[in-house]
Amino acid sequence: MATTQRDVLLDPLINNNPVAFQVLGLCSALAVTTKMSTAFVMTLAVMAVTALSNTAISSIRNWIPPSIRIIVQLTIIASLVIITDQVLQAFVYDISKQLTVFVGLIITNCIIMGRAEAFAMQNPPGLSFIDGLGNGIGYGAVLMAVAFMRELFGSGKVFGITVFPLATEGGWYQPNGLMLLAPAAFFLIGCLIWGLRSWKPEQIEEDFHVGALLEPGHEGSVR
Amino acid sequence: MQHSTTYIVGFSVVVCVVCALFVASAEVSLRPLKELNARLDKQKNILSVAGLMQPGEDLDAEEIRVLFENSIQPRMIDLSTGEEDISIDPSSFDQRAAARDPERSRRAPPNPSKVLRVPNHALIYEVVENDEIISVIIPIEGYGLWSVLYGYLALAPDMRTILGITYYDQKETAGLGGEVENPNWKAKWVGRKAFDERGRVKIAVRKGPAGTAEEDPYGVDGLSGATITSRGVTNMLQFWLGGEGFGPYLSRLRDANAGA
Repeated sequence: MATTQRDVLLDPLINNNPVAFQVLGLCSALAVTTKMSTAFVMTLAVMAVTALSNTAISSIRNWIPPSIRIIVQLTIIASLVIITDQVLQAFVYDISKQLTVFVGLIITNCIIMGRAEAFAMQNPPGLSFIDGLGNGIGYGAVLMAVAFMRELFGSGKVFGITVFPLATEGGWYQPNGLMLLAPAAFFLIGCLIWGLRSWKPEQIEEDFHVGALLEPGHEGSVR
Repeated sequence: MQHSTTYIVGFSVVVCVVCALFVASAEVSLRPLKELNARLDKQKNILSVAGLMQPGEDLDAEEIRVLFENSIQPRMIDLSTGEEDISIDPSSFDQRAAARDPERSRRAPPNPSKVLRVPNHALIYEVVENDEIISVIIPIEGYGLWSVLYGYLALAPDMRTILGITYYDQKETAGLGGEVENPNWKAKWVGRKAFDERGRVKIAVRKGPAGTAEEDPYGVDGLSGATITSRGVTNMLQFWLGGEGFGPYLSRLRDANAGA
């Protein structure tokens, strides 16, 4: 396990990316990536929640009774998600309208529970904060990459600024409607994982067994 | 380490109370900002449907408030008679709450727009310029594919010609049904006729292109890839412009204009 702060921060970007390597948090990655601006705000929201929940859980890790640790983690995560949602509604109202239920659904994002259980319960608060930040960035990097492709080819725009003038608006680009639907994100993430694993063959699972998904605490480490 | 039951219960109570305190203080401290945002968003939509604010134009909160107060006159309407009802304060009226309250609403007849209850009263807006009404804005709502779409429709003083349409709350598929918010599509509504000469609701979203306002005064381009949302828009206009909705009020204004 990575121990230096640098490793903890940078490992989740490529070597141990929560979406591409651990294949977690896909539902929201499908939903909020039609536009880069929503993907970006979602990234910030997830980063804030992973970093803060890791810190909070880590700082009380020695007092949490093991028998109720999951529900304690969930309570903390849920509270942070509600607060994040409120902040978005207060300060970036337009984007929070577009994110709709997906901010609330950060609660169920496996990345956050996974990091709380796998990292914050064993490490000090400072390092856990960095780990949360790193995983948020790793999730966000995939989100932004997927959103970039979907917005560019689906609406001819990047961050809402027209790059390919659309045929319907007098330009030449006929947008690809598939890019705006959820399956497009599946294809893109699939290609991304393929590319990443061709580059770094050590990420390929040797032996996948479904049972690992059912073992508590191993959701994040299926190999 | 083994913990006693008392410790576990005590620990969970402390965690819950602390979390609740954080959530409650965030909610309370941010509430004024959120309410302001929701109100501004609504006013922005009303201004844009009235053509007082161009798409892409960015006004700050104060400019919106001033523009709204100077040019928009809210009025409470009794839907069944079409008369103005000054006994209700428009500033505190919430149509969604009124529609849920059995005392202040009635069951709607089955309709394709899936509107279940119609409020007895509705809040409409008149756009006034030099003491003359230049437009009437009515709220519309109805089912699309995934969600209820909430919006406004602006009519010219003849009560037939559409001046604009806007949706401020909808959860249709982004890029397909969500294109109801596309300014280019909304611009296609301007100048179309909602009613024919005999006062029947004729406006409909076509499947495919509709032609210019001269060629097809009662049709608007369909949204490609969003047949059900397009149909939902037609249905809700049929409902709200019809006898169960604003029909009585609009025909009263039409008659008044014809007599004048």
